[in-house]
Amino acid sequence: MRFPHRLAAAALAVGLTGFAPLTAHAQNAPATATTPATQPEQYFPLQSYRVGPYAAGGTGFFGGFIDYMTLINSRDGGVNGVKLTWDECETQYVVEKGVECYERMKTHQPPPSAWNPLSVGIAYAMIPGVTADKVPLITIDHGRTDSTDGAVFPYVFPLLMNPYSESSAIVNFIGTRVGGDDKLAGKSIVVLYHGSPYGRETIPIYQLLAKKYGFTLQQIEVPDPGAEQEAQWLQIRRIHPDYVVLRGWGVMNPVALKTAQKTGFPADHIIGNVWSNSEEDASPAGHAAVGYIALTTQATGTQYPVIQQIENTVYKAGKGDMADHSRIGSVYYNLGVVNGILNVEAIRIAQAKFGNHTLTGDQVRWGFEHLDLDPGRVAALGASGLFHSINVTCSDHEGHGLVTFQQWDGTKWNRISDWIAPDWDLLRPIIEASANKYAAQNNITPRDCSKEAAN
Amino acid sequence: MTLSRTHLTAIALFFVMALAVPFIPSDYLFEAILTPFLAIALAALGLNLLAGYAGQVSLGSAAFMAVGAFSAYNFLLRIPGLPLLLALLLAGVVTAAFGVIFGLPSLRLRGFYLAISTLAAQFFVQWVLTNFNWFSGGDTSGIINTPPLFIGGVAIDTPVRDYLLSLAIVSLLTLLALRLVSGRTGREFIAVRDNELAARVLGVKILRVKLMACALSSFYIGIAGALWAFLYLNTVEPAGFDLDRSFQLLFVIIIGGLASIRGAFLGAAFIVVLPLLLSRAGAALLGATFDSGLVDIVEKIILGVLIIVFLRIEPAGLSALLARLRLDRFFASTL
Repeated sequence: MRFPHRLAAAALAVGLTGFAPLTAHAQNAPATATTPATQPEQYFPLQSYRVGPYAAGGTGFFGGFIDYMTLINSRDGGVNGVKLTWDECETQYVVEKGVECYERMKTHQPPPSAWNPLSVGIAYAMIPGVTADKVPLITIDHGRTDSTDGAVFPYVFPLLMNPYSESSAIVNFIGTRVGGDDKLAGKSIVVLYHGSPYGRETIPIYQLLAKKYGFTLQQIEVPDPGAEQEAQWLQIRRIHPDYVVLRGWGVMNPVALKTAQKTGFPADHIIGNVWSNSEEDASPAGHAAVGYIALTTQATGTQYPVIQQIENTVYKAGKGDMADHSRIGSVYYNLGVVNGILNVEAIRIAQAKFGNHTLTGDQVRWGFEHLDLDPGRVAALGASGLFHSINVTCSDHEGHGLVTFQQWDGTKWNRISDWIAPDWDLLRPIIEASANKYAAQNNITPRDCSKEAAN
Repeated sequence: MTLSRTHLTAIALFFVMALAVPFIPSDYLFEAILTPFLAIALAALGLNLLAGYAGQVSLGSAAFMAVGAFSAYNFLLRIPGLPLLLALLLAGVVTAAFGVIFGLPSLRLRGFYLAISTLAAQFFVQWVLTNFNWFSGGDTSGIINTPPLFIGGVAIDTPVRDYLLSLAIVSLLTLLALRLVSGRTGREFIAVRDNELAARVLGVKILRVKLMACALSSFYIGIAGALWAFLYLNTVEPAGFDLDRSFQLLFVIIIGGLASIRGAFLGAAFIVVLPLLLSRAGAALLGATFDSGLVDIVEKIILGVLIIVFLRIEPAGLSALLARLRLDRFFASTL
């Protein structure tokens, strides 16, 4: 019976080491308070995912985000002298792991500036928590559509683009391809969507758009994970649509492109959405992906001054986060850089009001709510052409982001469109109705945004 | 009603868990470790009634958790003013009814064949919850936030309150389970598991016992699902109750010990709490400079090795290991 005893001792040791950090924050707090001479910090908890089925997205996005923060630290010495710091906690894109990471990091001192989980499920689980903690939750390019209404969701920011805007922008783009929105009438569009809550979210929006523009619409579901799509594409061949919108996820995307080629549907009439737009979605399909078009909020490539500076400052010094340097400039990486820019600028804007020191989450929220980067400011940040502009307000937490379209040439994406605006006026009443329903269910009294603007 | 030593030990342990609250300063311990531990332990306890005691293997446990969570959500959403505890109870009843329906194949199928037929429940429930948004209150995205919870005007909105409510419900149901398995019901379950024919000869009504096991097990798992969604995650989504969760619960009872009430708790501690402690230990020892993805993989390897080692030492699970270590001199016999 000696062996189990030793095992028990080992287990106990592991247990104790695990528990030690549980109380560590309590000890850290006074230490930082008594040493004001050190450089002030602005802390970002990162719920990253570097292993598991979605690691390609996670490593690219968080790599870009971290590289941008490293650039700000090494080039500018932080934001107005406040150093950016961060911790990573692995979520594997699993909701319960993401929630545990949130609980683990939320008591950090200095307090979290903003949460950026890049996962709809984790973001949903955190909404009540961050609202109670008063820390902003950023869901760039995705998230709960109705959280665009900042009156009901003061701490949630689906920056640049929500799923409804995305659908509207795709239809507007198809409009430009067929020679004007009025030519959409009588055209036929198929939406091929992933059989998940994410995939189904835009069903009513496409129906609304079909009614408005008069095109015929068929929405076809691909059961998760979507590794087999013969039946769906045979159905598409019978319908013979003018365009197919691909609302895919993971392995479903390359399989769709390959099956489309097999059934003779041209790749340049397939329009991918924001989760079907990366190199990892197109490249595995090989030749079948050539000509495939996808939406994006941020252009790809390394030619933008900010990416150049990351390569020249951060990677030359050996401080870069990406193990595979060739992925710098890819879709997810550049999204991470844009996300870094938006977070850092929100802090800069909040500092102008609250002072150049460590800000609380609520102060950073104020910064996000006044995040106004016009094309001139975007150019000054070295990101001209990388993304267009953003103007977040109390009532609009999306910030009127514009989108662009890119085409796959077999090795890389090339931009083929101007910056396109979604039909915000059409979508706004639906968003407000949904947000108000949420407010009623959760006993929330919406803020009066006309009063907020005065602050 | 007399209480056995086991019951008294269980009650004492639950009291210690409740009385320890003011001495634990960290919210993290409650909301990230103890609350999910209690929910998973309760679900595993439910599965153990079915698989461990009655010998009917199920791969659909996560589906029953989902049914419990979504029923509780719909009861709270659609019947204004319904007390939370009643909603939880009703969720358990709905899940029990559901369990009986999917338990019908157990009357004809055994072993692996039954396990495969329970997969139907797993896939059917996820499909229904994904495709019919009536169940998620018309929310098109299918992921829903749980509404604010109240018991008699007291808001259940802090980690400690979440924990105490979970603890109260889990204690009550655990004591009930102890009572059941030590009585006639438990003996009938075991008779059916060990030799169905002999049990029939002895006058055990097989049909009634099997469906009773399904209903009882689903009742527990349904309530556990509601606790998991409402008190831990604050969100309900079909994807969170996938086949992986069913396997997780099966591993919990295999590692903890089949046909043992305390096995569910020990197994849940091993499967839910130990990975968190390893992860915290990894982060504390290696610091932020280390690739968090790599740390995660190493944790998985360590956990896998520990499972092999523990099961090599004691194939009957942690519950039997604990008995061998004679700790039960202090902690009595079957909790």
